[in-house]
Amino acid sequence: MSIRHSLLALLQDQPRYGYQLRVEFENRTGSTWPLNIGQVYTTLDRLERDGLVAREGDDGGGHVVYSITAEGASEVQNWFAAPVERNNPPRNELAIKLALAVTLPGVDVQAIIQAQRVASIRALQDYTKARRDTAANQRTADTAWLLVLDSLIFQTEAEVRWLDLCEARMVQQAQSAGPGAVRKTSNGVTEDAAPLTTETRR
Amino acid sequence: MSVKGPQQVLELAKVSRTFGQGATAVAALRDVDLTIAAGEFVAVMGPSGSGKSSLLALAGGLDRPTSGGVFVESTPLAGLGLNELARLRRRAVGYVFQDFNLVPTLTAAENVALPLELDGTAARKAGRQALDALRQVGIPELADRFMDQMSGGQQQRVAIARAIVGQRRLILADEPTGALDSTTGHGVMEVLRARADAGAAVMLVTHEARHAAWADRVVFLRDGRIVDQAAAMHDPTFLLTQAGL
Repeated sequence: MSIRHSLLALLQDQPRYGYQLRVEFENRTGSTWPLNIGQVYTTLDRLERDGLVAREGDDGGGHVVYSITAEGASEVQNWFAAPVERNNPPRNELAIKLALAVTLPGVDVQAIIQAQRVASIRALQDYTKARRDTAANQRTADTAWLLVLDSLIFQTEAEVRWLDLCEARMVQQAQSAGPGAVRKTSNGVTEDAAPLTTETRR
Repeated sequence: MSVKGPQQVLELAKVSRTFGQGATAVAALRDVDLTIAAGEFVAVMGPSGSGKSSLLALAGGLDRPTSGGVFVESTPLAGLGLNELARLRRRAVGYVFQDFNLVPTLTAAENVALPLELDGTAARKAGRQALDALRQVGIPELADRFMDQMSGGQQQRVAIARAIVGQRRLILADEPTGALDSTTGHGVMEVLRARADAGAAVMLVTHEARHAAWADRVVFLRDGRIVDQAAAMHDPTFLLTQAGL
């Protein structure tokens, strides 16, 4: 996450001092990514060094107020205009854990998947509840927080769908491994023979 | 095993359901214990064939268990004759199906009023209650439309209105968002959530995690057994505190 660009974007809105930037950032993102005040000051120093912000002086209360320069404003524009770079591929502890689990003997992968599914659904319940409660309040300041919650909801939902897929793939593998390994459901029907997408699970 | 009380709207006690006999018998549900209290919204998740729909059918008295007991507001369904069962279903239980099951030759209001009129409620009173139910699902202005004059999302809202009309205490929904786009699906969840918040017991069968997440409790079925449950935090401020708000 680019703290540098986030702070610049907030300064484009209006001149602010360090603590205000931190509060503003956390308010607008639902405090999902808490900012350390030390990080804020270090970042401001670098932005000043690079000519992207300038000190406006004291606000009278002992706070150093920063404002954005023309170069800073164009940097913000470029940031908003460019798509977010993807790490390649992003590190995903769950994917790593499952990849290792399926290749190591004696690991109950289905139990791992189910434990994760319960935890993910619980998180999804909490996000959904927070979203509902926030939406019910209908304060304009909550719009940013709602968007962050939506993002978390979509990510978690994708995680659950991916877990379903992992499980289906494993069942499929077990089936192709031989009739002895075929896992049957309670009604005697083997799991969908081609459950490669979650849509086929209807 | 939980204690039966007035709060308990639905109770399944050691319920098993087997189809067929002998060597070809298949157990759809095995020793399932599940209770849903008034005001509680429970989602049931599980892969195809895990017993989700069987569970819903038993809960609504559409099917009978091979062993174990089903209680709706403490009334054992096993003790009811067919007529009494039908009466209970009309009065206390509302169903929402994936394919709506609406009558095309009736208007929205007439569809919603139908279970009340079948139960002997006077037409005017039934009409008033139907309009109230349509209001709750946000489409009172569509009361006089026929099914072919409505979108899929609107028809599903009519189906939900029919399920909640007359303040039913138990609402059973089987993949009610199946045919709908995600915005409309969200609307359906809002209505079910609102009914639970108003005191109804709601049971939703779904494979969509984002819909199950609206529930107070998510029950996971596998091979006819409940293998896990996930409950939301009862205090949503926890999340905010955790996030530092």
